[in-house]
Amino acid sequence: MSEPFIRFRDATKDYGAVRVVESLNLDIARGEFVSLLGPSGSGKTTLLMMLAGFESVSAGSILLDGREINTLPTYKRNMGVVFQNYALFPHMTVAKNVAFPLDMRREPKAATAERVRKALDMVQLGHLADRLPSQLSGGQQQRVALARALVFEPRVVLMDEPLGALDKQLREQMQLDIRDLHRRLGLTIIFVTHDQDEALTMSDRIAVFNQGKIQQCASPRQVYDHPANRFVAEFIGETNLLEGQVQAVTDGQVTLALKDGTSVRAQGVAGLRAGEAGLLSLRPERIEIQEGTAAEADNSLAGEIVDSIYQGDHVRVVIATAFGEIIARTGRKAREWPERARVALTFRAADGWVIAP
Amino acid sequence: MIRGRSLRAFALVAPLMAYLALFFIWPLLTVITQSVSDPSVSRVLTRTAAEIGAWDGTGVPSAQVQAAFRADIVANTDDMAMGDVTRRLNSSKSGFRSLMGKTVTAVRENPDIDLASIDDRWTQTEFWAAIQANVSAYTDAYLLAALDLERDKTGAIAAMPEGTSANATILVRTLWISALVTLCCLLVGLPYAMIAATVTGWKRAVLLGAVLLPLWTSLLVRTAAWMIILQDNGIINQTLMALGIIDHPLALIYNRLGVVLAMTHVLLPFMVLPIYTVLLTVPRNLMTAAASLGAHPVRAFLRVLLPLSFRGIVSGTLLVFMAAIGYYITPALLGGASDQMLSSVIAFYATGSANWSMAAAIGLVLLVLTLLLYAVYNRLSRDPVQAR
Repeated sequence: MSEPFIRFRDATKDYGAVRVVESLNLDIARGEFVSLLGPSGSGKTTLLMMLAGFESVSAGSILLDGREINTLPTYKRNMGVVFQNYALFPHMTVAKNVAFPLDMRREPKAATAERVRKALDMVQLGHLADRLPSQLSGGQQQRVALARALVFEPRVVLMDEPLGALDKQLREQMQLDIRDLHRRLGLTIIFVTHDQDEALTMSDRIAVFNQGKIQQCASPRQVYDHPANRFVAEFIGETNLLEGQVQAVTDGQVTLALKDGTSVRAQGVAGLRAGEAGLLSLRPERIEIQEGTAAEADNSLAGEIVDSIYQGDHVRVVIATAFGEIIARTGRKAREWPERARVALTFRAADGWVIAP
Repeated sequence: MIRGRSLRAFALVAPLMAYLALFFIWPLLTVITQSVSDPSVSRVLTRTAAEIGAWDGTGVPSAQVQAAFRADIVANTDDMAMGDVTRRLNSSKSGFRSLMGKTVTAVRENPDIDLASIDDRWTQTEFWAAIQANVSAYTDAYLLAALDLERDKTGAIAAMPEGTSANATILVRTLWISALVTLCCLLVGLPYAMIAATVTGWKRAVLLGAVLLPLWTSLLVRTAAWMIILQDNGIINQTLMALGIIDHPLALIYNRLGVVLAMTHVLLPFMVLPIYTVLLTVPRNLMTAAASLGAHPVRAFLRVLLPLSFRGIVSGTLLVFMAAIGYYITPALLGGASDQMLSSVIAFYATGSANWSMAAAIGLVLLVLTLLLYAVYNRLSRDPVQAR
């Protein structure tokens, strides 16, 4: 399978003078779960709408299975779409809603009934087939929408913030359900969200969007541990950013001089050169706090406890340093620190990540 | 306290109630009464009317009834009213004209004379039966006539002879023109409402304004405007002739075309607004959802948008139809002789021939028709989702 299943080639979308999606390139393999993650207005939904055929492509092209589909009308694209507001047909029963795509394809009646039953069983709603959508809860409606988008075995399933309207508990359950369906059915899913936890939970790859461009497209682990730039580092998870100057780069190991002259060792993005400015991204949970001065550690920074907040599953500690306030997360069982205690912050070279500022 | 409050509430609605009673309920009752009342015989033969009801219709009525009849003749001083009675009785049973003339003269000379001795027709059952049939103060004759029906000699309902009345023809024509106008409104109004519900901002404002504008203009002005546009040397004919497409004016006015055209224009808002309102409640992405599920735009329209706007379509259709049934000015000014609707017949009876009972009877027919449609409207315009 050399040819990617879906390929965006310099795909561009303009609304009047506003460029919403800019020369975007993205390849998606068959069976992959790709999340499009970004703040609202970053172009992720527009990209999905172009793929579904709801929006035209201003420039560039979209290829499906090697064929350009720029001008193919939506109803011929054979893509299942799940919308945030469910978009169920209010005048049809649950079963009729799910049968709709099969009716449109003029499938035989008996086969349709059987497939509708299976699809509803798949989302555990077989017992509600004769209800109207308005008689269902939000989570049930979204499961109906899911069944409707899957029942005709589409080539791709597109989801536009499908869980945005659900409460937290239901959302987490649905995340696991969708992840499970993806694995069981081998679906190709493109999932738009602004919720990073959702993207991290379900995706094979996450494409992080900002201002109409993909900032980074990689596995959840890669995106979190090795963000490509400052936007990704700040958008996904929480991080501490420390300014400095790159002193040396050897085999991916970066030596960075912080503002007060402290030298730290860390890993870093490709393309850093000695003498240039660098930004150290340090995840709060990778920092260890020790009393007084540090014992053996790759890197150590001096600081003073400002606050220590118990959060149930972890303790959040705020430390004042020469580089501004640093946030650290320590385990639930770690000690709580008295205010103004002088401490040393340590982290392994493998846990620091240097990006271009 | 409670009583004071409810009294205050009643005082607040009292003007409304008084208004409704005075200008709505009372005239309505008057019209209904007018359409079935027929006082010409009962006014003169008051005593007879009171007595003859007990007669069983065999042989001749008792002496008591005959005495009452003589007393009525003696008491009457209005020859014109007696003439009305004679005419009415004669139309039920011929022979009454000479009989009544003879009887009135004889009874005035001798109030206690035996009726049978004046004329032996008073011994025949049919003549007394004719009096019994006509003394009632109420009649269904006008209502039947409004539908081109009458009672024949035996009292059964039968069609009027061909050519004597055209009410039924005009009623059918009224329904037909109303149906045509409704269809035209639907054909124009449905796409119009859909476009208005799709666009936003100033485009929507312009579309809605354009459809509402006729509502804010006088009906007479609008009709006059159509006369200017459609007449032989009007804008359309002038333009077509200037372009050389036609060499003599098209007949656009004083015929069915002009009536339907102008009525469609006037009634269009009543079609567009209900459909538009219903369409606003339909989520915008249902059509895109249908497309993503493989529905061709036409099928998506038929399966999704049309059923969901059905309530609005029913409302609009019935509103337009009910309003069209009662149209008067537009057909009168833009139609020919064969395009007049039921309202013009009512106007003819009310102002032309001062036959208020006939005007009221036809009005009642229109009212009943409209009420029936309203009942249908009420049933169909229920929310199909909630009605299930």
